[in-house]
Amino acid sequence: MGDIQIKKSSKEYDVVIVGSGAGGGMAAYVLANAGVKVLMLEAGPFFDPKIHSSQLKFPYESPRRGASTKERANGDFDAAFGGWEIEGEPYTRKESTEFDWFRSRMLGGRTNHWGRISLRFGPKDFQPDDGVSERWPITYDEVKPFYDKVDQLIGVYGTVEGLENEPDGIFLPPPKPRLPELFIMKGAAAAGVKVIPGRGSVLTKALPGNKERGACFFCGQCGRSCKVYADFSSSSCLVIPALKTGNLELISNAMVREVITDKAGLATGVSYVSKEDLQEYQVNGKVVVLAASSCESSRIMLNSRSQIYPNGIANSSGLVGKYLQDSTGASQSAFLPQLLDRKRFNEDGAGSIHIYGPWMQDNKKLNFPRGYHIEFGGGMGMPGYGFGGNVPRLNGKVPAADGKMKKAGGYGASLKQDYRRFFGTQVGMAGRGVGMARIDNYCEIDPKIVDRFGIPVLRFHYKWYDDEINQAKHMQETFSSIIHEMGGIPLAEHGPEDMWGLAAPGRIIHEVGTARMGNDQKKSVLNKWCQAHDCKNLFVVDGAPTVQQSDKNATWTILALSMRTSEYILEQRKMQNI
Amino acid sequence: MNRRESLKAISIGTLSAGVLLEACKTKPHDEVVVENPEKDSDRLAVEIERDKKLMAETFFTPHEMATITILSNIIIPKDDHSGSASDAKVPEFIEFIVKDMPAHQVPMRGGLRWLDLQCLNRYNNPFKDCNSQQQLEMIDEIAYPETAKPEMQQGVAFFDRIRSLTASGFFTSKMGIEDLGYMGNNPNNWEGVPTDIIKQYGLENVKF
Repeated sequence: MGDIQIKKSSKEYDVVIVGSGAGGGMAAYVLANAGVKVLMLEAGPFFDPKIHSSQLKFPYESPRRGASTKERANGDFDAAFGGWEIEGEPYTRKESTEFDWFRSRMLGGRTNHWGRISLRFGPKDFQPDDGVSERWPITYDEVKPFYDKVDQLIGVYGTVEGLENEPDGIFLPPPKPRLPELFIMKGAAAAGVKVIPGRGSVLTKALPGNKERGACFFCGQCGRSCKVYADFSSSSCLVIPALKTGNLELISNAMVREVITDKAGLATGVSYVSKEDLQEYQVNGKVVVLAASSCESSRIMLNSRSQIYPNGIANSSGLVGKYLQDSTGASQSAFLPQLLDRKRFNEDGAGSIHIYGPWMQDNKKLNFPRGYHIEFGGGMGMPGYGFGGNVPRLNGKVPAADGKMKKAGGYGASLKQDYRRFFGTQVGMAGRGVGMARIDNYCEIDPKIVDRFGIPVLRFHYKWYDDEINQAKHMQETFSSIIHEMGGIPLAEHGPEDMWGLAAPGRIIHEVGTARMGNDQKKSVLNKWCQAHDCKNLFVVDGAPTVQQSDKNATWTILALSMRTSEYILEQRKMQNI
Repeated sequence: MNRRESLKAISIGTLSAGVLLEACKTKPHDEVVVENPEKDSDRLAVEIERDKKLMAETFFTPHEMATITILSNIIIPKDDHSGSASDAKVPEFIEFIVKDMPAHQVPMRGGLRWLDLQCLNRYNNPFKDCNSQQQLEMIDEIAYPETAKPEMQQGVAFFDRIRSLTASGFFTSKMGIEDLGYMGNNPNNWEGVPTDIIKQYGLENVKF
């Protein structure tokens, strides 16, 4: 091995963006379209759904029939590379607490695998009045114009419902429910649970004014990424269009180490290691925008130590990494005997949710603050690895076609017939709720461990409390009542022994909050423009600025706030403040 | 550049300014190396290499493969609708998946041997050389988890595994998908559940 040198570029960009997911992609799109010279660094490879998607492949086109692999945690056809564990890039946990960290290192980041469920935070999500949740320094009304612009730029389906904390958007028509979903709607109505059409970033109709993207052709495979760009991925909708302006340069496989600062404490650029040649580089920017994902951006900030920033850049409050929040998640599934031997038709539908259960309950009557929404699904989906796994259990629960009960299990012609009978009879429901922001849930730099590039890694400390556990219990009670009203048979049992199916922290992949915004620089990392209190030319535009999450996933809010911050950067540049 | 090539390039040396400029340029589709552009454009180079390597390896012995073939055909036989598990190449799928998911290897190999030992003790033959009446007698002891005898539980666990793998392999094959009547994966204009089916289930009043 020869000498290690750091290759310093002499070029200075107007803005250097770290990360290409929802936050970084939006910043690149807004800034490059405004004529600003932007450099984007992405820690993984280039990815263009038009070329690299597995869309419309049949299961037999994968030797493992779509099962997951080390490279694709969500299955062999899924667009997202990465997963909970990445070779050579470890993380650790403190005091035997739990936190699982999903990373997708590639162009578009985790917008490659998400459910495209696209929800605005409501007025009470920004300004909660429950006496427990901390308030954001901004209101829904301040963010609304940006949500509107995101809706128009990217496209989202849904219906105008006029619900107080589920703000309506500028909607394309929603996809109609599948057959099991009609049963859910009927059962939920009987159980007193409100269900409305889903809201998802899929172009159910062509997007007005956009010639680059096609309309959805209902294969239900958004998770594989869409060759005609009919769904939202940061690559297809933001970064690739921004590259076409000629104002954006992209370096893939660039793993950022730290933000470089001058003696006055201003950011001057970032250093990174290239995964392609393992060389060390430094690039210069007048402004640095971090959008590497909440935890990765915090890691970069905490690793950016200097004389002026001994605890990491922008961390005079000591709060970088603190207030880590993932959504709560619990789920249940059931099978509907009335759907046995159902008639076949193409029921793929759209690749995001068709029906959605917003949080409508009064917390005064409950033993937890805030709440959750429910995501429903069901239908005759494409078979894959694991198909029919529970049929030899369920076939003992209902009479066979001849009306007689038989023993669960079996083999032969009779079992073969059961696999057919049970196809498309199941429904699933998943609760996604508010995890409370707590200073004791955090990530920090592990004092001993580095990754394969020598970058100190994150160490997590995260626990669920009664607020979240009681919420999961309430979810299961709601699921049970809906399933009961549908005449369904639940497929799993949950109770106190498994915290009512509450998923381990990190598992819902909604982690936010590790560089929260606020007006008081002792109690927050960023101001309300996502600008670091301590360093005026450093911004963070992923989920990290979140003060207190909502039950809604963060993507639409990340997009809106990144757009808002990008416009603020343009203004501040014009005023020569940065 | 794929991971293996990255490792080859591990030698860190002095770089010219030209290389630096090169590195700062947009580099489209670099990691996704296309072997067969039609079929493999969605595969990472590391994935293509891994699958090729797995395909070239052999896990099961000919005796084990013969046993798996018989078992999978007992689980999913030919009928009026479609062919048998082995017609749909389920044994080949099982051979691949145990190499891909090593957690299957000990339970499958050990389960096959457990079954042979049971049959040797009962019928003086390994499973594959028993007559079909003896084979089904044996399977009846392990195919019904709720009523199987306690001493048969290891066999129940094994049969459950191979039954699941057989269903996975069969219903994800072209033959199995046609048998099942899955009609999706086909560009269309989704307009909801057909009216006759809504009527069949009395769901006309569900408002959307």
